[in-house]
Amino acid sequence: MIPALATILLFQLAGEVASRALALPLPGPVLGMVALVAAFLTFPRLAAAVQPTAQGLLAHLSLLFVPAGVGVVAHLGVLTREGPALALALVVSTIAAIAVGALAFVAVAHLTGVRADD
Amino acid sequence: MTDPALIWSYLSREPLMWLTATLLAYWAGDALFRASGRKPWANPVLIAVILLAIVLKATGTDYARYFDGAQFVHFMLGPATVALAVPLYFNLGHVRRAALPMLAALLAGSLTAIGSALGIAHALGVAPDVMAALAPKSATAPVAIGISESLGGAPTLTAVLVLLTGITGAIVVTPLLNALRIRDWRARGFAVGVAAHGIGTARAFQVNETAGAFAGIGMGLNAVLTALIAPWVLGLFL
Repeated sequence: MIPALATILLFQLAGEVASRALALPLPGPVLGMVALVAAFLTFPRLAAAVQPTAQGLLAHLSLLFVPAGVGVVAHLGVLTREGPALALALVVSTIAAIAVGALAFVAVAHLTGVRADD
Repeated sequence: MTDPALIWSYLSREPLMWLTATLLAYWAGDALFRASGRKPWANPVLIAVILLAIVLKATGTDYARYFDGAQFVHFMLGPATVALAVPLYFNLGHVRRAALPMLAALLAGSLTAIGSALGIAHALGVAPDVMAALAPKSATAPVAIGISESLGGAPTLTAVLVLLTGITGAIVVTPLLNALRIRDWRARGFAVGVAAHGIGTARAFQVNETAGAFAGIGMGLNAVLTALIAPWVLGLFL
């Protein structure tokens, strides 16, 4: 577990350094994720070593949103003022994005003849 | 016996109490979620946030004091984002086989999510800093929070908007795609992963294993794409 956690933290650290040093639009952890996928492709044994710890971390992913979510107490003013506009934007955009995404997938799968795997 | 006021003043200064409260609130939220039969509207994070907000109000604790304790949980968002490399790597076979349909759905879904949300908010006169917090709401929370910070939005507002987007997506996805008569589980899963990140992915896994795997890939790819295009789309409206 310690080598796996150290690997994850090292890739995050490298991502943060690269993101700041090169002033990239991607957040450090996203760069770390992309670099870790590349490292797995080069060293498949690394993926097997990191997998149990990563799965443990991801199994409790939703807990990690709680502290930021509680920040809503600091934004009650904004939410009451802009609440109806934000609610409309969220609901309409989410419905539209799911519908457009699924239709685009089906249309291109049909055009290119990509069949379902199962 | 020590004066209870002294014990309270010790507890309210140390991180221990609010760290414990965060875990207890999530535990309660998760128990209610299971008791409801895992219904999307009984989201454990939403329940935990409401419980903690009530406790903070009742005890007169400000958010900064609470965050001193909760920051240890919050910190783990970064490593968790890096850890998303593992499911992405193990699903690369799926990615290769359906690369073109996924690319089309990713671009169309991500642009629609950001563009329509900002378009509606702009038309209704929402302030620019709130629009910056809204732009990355379809990306997974750790990434959305990072993007919002770099755009000048409030990360905590983004966290709430991300949560509400996920819950909306999880509730609407099945009736919506049934109405559109889309039966391809890959398309259904991928679209909800792109639009509604981890909460949508969890919903997809409940319905179908293939849909769940594709939702996870959609979430991972949209985390990267949103970081790249959200600043540009936001720029079109400001």
